[in-house]
Amino acid sequence: MVFSESVFAARFGITRQDLEGYLSEALSQGGDYADLYFEYLLTSSISIDESMVKSAAQGVSMGVGVRVISGERTGYAYSDDLSPEKIRKAARVAAHIASGPAKTGKFNLSEGARHNLYPVVTAPTETAFTDRVELVKRADRAARAYDARIFQVQAMYADNLRQVMVATSDGVLTVDRQPLARMSVSALARTKDGAPQRGHSGGGGRVELNFFLKEKTPEHFAAEAAREAIAMLDAVEAPAGEMTVVLGPGWPGILLHEAVGHGLEADFNRKGVSAFSGRVGQKVASELCTVIDDGTIGSRRGSLNVDDDGHPTQKNVLIENGLLRGYLQDKLSSRLMKNPSSTGSGRRESYAHIPMPRMTNTYMLAGESDPEEIIRSVPKGLYCVNFGGGQVDITSGNFVFSASESYLIEGGKLTRPVRNATLIGNGPEALKYVSMVGNDLRLDEGIGVCGKEGQSVPVGVGIPTIRIDRMTVGGTA
Amino acid sequence: MSENHLLDLAQDIVRRAQAGGASDAECTIAEGEEFSANVRMREIENLKEAGSRGAGLRILIGKKTGSSYTSDLSREGIERLVQSAIELADITTDDPHAGLPEREELGQIEGDLGLYSAAVADLDTGFKIETAKATEEAALSTDTRIFNSEGASFDNHAGRHVFANSRGFAGEYRSSYCSLSTSPVAKDGESMERDYWYTMARDFSGLESAVYVGTTAAKRALRRLKPVKVETQKVPVVFEPRTARSLLDNIFEAVHGMAIYRHESFLAGKLGEKVAHEDVTVVDDATIPGLFGTSPFDDEGVPSRRTVVIERGVLKSYLMNTYAARKLGIKTTGNASRGLTGNAGIGHGNFYLEKGVQSAEQIIGGIANGFYVTELMGFGVNTVTGDYSRGAAGLWIRNGELAFAVSEVTIAGNLKDMLTGIEAVGSDLEFRGSVAAPTLKIGEMTVGGR
Repeated sequence: MVFSESVFAARFGITRQDLEGYLSEALSQGGDYADLYFEYLLTSSISIDESMVKSAAQGVSMGVGVRVISGERTGYAYSDDLSPEKIRKAARVAAHIASGPAKTGKFNLSEGARHNLYPVVTAPTETAFTDRVELVKRADRAARAYDARIFQVQAMYADNLRQVMVATSDGVLTVDRQPLARMSVSALARTKDGAPQRGHSGGGGRVELNFFLKEKTPEHFAAEAAREAIAMLDAVEAPAGEMTVVLGPGWPGILLHEAVGHGLEADFNRKGVSAFSGRVGQKVASELCTVIDDGTIGSRRGSLNVDDDGHPTQKNVLIENGLLRGYLQDKLSSRLMKNPSSTGSGRRESYAHIPMPRMTNTYMLAGESDPEEIIRSVPKGLYCVNFGGGQVDITSGNFVFSASESYLIEGGKLTRPVRNATLIGNGPEALKYVSMVGNDLRLDEGIGVCGKEGQSVPVGVGIPTIRIDRMTVGGTA
Repeated sequence: MSENHLLDLAQDIVRRAQAGGASDAECTIAEGEEFSANVRMREIENLKEAGSRGAGLRILIGKKTGSSYTSDLSREGIERLVQSAIELADITTDDPHAGLPEREELGQIEGDLGLYSAAVADLDTGFKIETAKATEEAALSTDTRIFNSEGASFDNHAGRHVFANSRGFAGEYRSSYCSLSTSPVAKDGESMERDYWYTMARDFSGLESAVYVGTTAAKRALRRLKPVKVETQKVPVVFEPRTARSLLDNIFEAVHGMAIYRHESFLAGKLGEKVAHEDVTVVDDATIPGLFGTSPFDDEGVPSRRTVVIERGVLKSYLMNTYAARKLGIKTTGNASRGLTGNAGIGHGNFYLEKGVQSAEQIIGGIANGFYVTELMGFGVNTVTGDYSRGAAGLWIRNGELAFAVSEVTIAGNLKDMLTGIEAVGSDLEFRGSVAAPTLKIGEMTVGGR
């Protein structure tokens, strides 16, 4: 998409001259840099509970955020009204951060190169509701049909279409159309006398509606949720203490997100408050580990053609054969850290938020081990295949992630399922105990949401099967 | 914009929805202004200032519902809002329990609830920046081991909440708050730890002082230095008020009306039974003036009230909105909650555990070997089964005293056992948000470590 075809030009009549005028207003008190982030967001969601479609909602929101940077200072203001007076007013408020003579002159806004990672012709948000509502009805039927012990099913489908435009005082003008869709299914199973157990599944991406009809169907997610709920009916108490842990492929990559990803975001490292600060070049993982953050994978939930600073996303090597290679940079951090350039990692939740360095899709490269061989190698340990959320304390490096489906490994074989348990480790240490890496790299199904300083953004993770020789498991047995 | 304008607009949207074919409608309009100043290492880092508003509509056509929202309050935007909601009712299912509260259930509590102070908006920007700087400075100057900082912030917010429905309810209220926080970083050798402290109030005079906030945060970071990872063992666990509060969040999830009718709570079917130690009384009260969980009416236009949830260990009530109550054949408890739009969910007012008589020192003093938890991490709580497993950090209790820092461990148990195992309830209840608890001691949990 080009500027002239964007909703901002076509519908709101915003011209290049207008943008230059707003940037001039933003730099009217001096300041080193200014940018404008326009957003026009359509959302919809449909949910089913007790086999009834109980809720359907749609909405529209729009706004513009104006940022002015002066040295290490940032001034920020936004407006949910795209009229010229309101944008000018926001620009004047943001301008107050600086105190100096006005920067004037032309900004030579030009549309630079951009990826085309999600060439979606008709976004799911633009399709008929009658088609989308079928997805949750199908998921509900399939989960209930999976097993007679399934007694409650909830399914949710949500999509959005975000149109963004970034104009910066260093001459960037970029527009992007970012579709996103996901569905999720939650199922409860119970036996005659036992307590209920929950299973959960979901996925999606920057895809057309056809993705849910051809690739990952409602029946796929429903069966996965129902299978997990049924499996957990036999769960025994989780073990407690240090042991060998094997992570299955895909979503367990949340380990990387928590253990190393957040700690490598440049804002924390610029300030020296991360457990990884000052450790570029040092060994922070076993040599079997190469960890990538890649915002350029086609159709993925965490991918973006340009980041929210207007910079193209890229494939960044965070850890290479165990050595720390670099941080995730946004425009501000790369300037202040005298880094050659942003790594395309500047992201924000919406026009009402200041961008900061964030992950996109974070994964570990495949190794050479046969996944079955990895499980066979463990005399006693835990095999984790599905997780809930995680969290990290950047400064101490301690992180947790919660296993929602895992199994005991006894004598190299999977035996009993175990109840939910939190795993805890320390970021710069945990990956040093990775002793086997499988050849089965898998990315998650597209359901991740990452929260940082109150801002949520969609992300992806991925990992092959790995063996970690030592990790603390928070069970009770 | 005048007060009446938004209330009139909400009522107008309801009428337009009815004219468009809705048999019932409810409209929420929210308007807010926010300001934040962050300083870090004695310099201004960010200043942010803006306002926004939006409207949400939910309509019923018979027993089918549709919802929509918009940030565009122009005539065109409102027309689209109404059409969007009506269009969606077509794809939803007839639900015999869907609907607005009965007329006689609607209303609001009268009198000044102390939710709004005009003075907050009048505070000078320079003063707010200086207050944040003083807070960080207090932290940095506490000890030479406080070597860095993630900064300090002064935030304030003022908002207006408007709600109207087709059964004659129309109400609005304003609210404000300001808050002050800082997050210093301590270092000793290779050990680096951070902690934080904050204070929040409806107006500036209600805040703790900059010096108190800064030094409290610094002391908390300092006492975490050089932590030990203890061995795996079963011991008494004491939650300080900041972490005890999260147990109240878990109880709230378990008495949530939606979870009850779906049987996805370990407290479903337990009304009238003993579910906690007899020293445990849990209350939801949205009527206490000035507190953060207080409001004159809930998000369906039902008056706010006080509900005893657990009384001396016995489960007395779940928390309900109209829908969940109808599913269970009972009455709403005035706990409807939603954003701008959609079916109402369930929220809490001021949700707290009543204080006991012992001080935290007395509780700790009675423990020979135990764990005092000052931080919890992760989401390892399953309210369907009650299984509880979270990352934790804190201080080890040895012979009645806080002996050394502990981190990178887990605490685990089951909420059913944890609630009945609350052996001591502290006297130190205070409200730093809408959920509050005093110091709590649980007889035994598994600490997972080395």
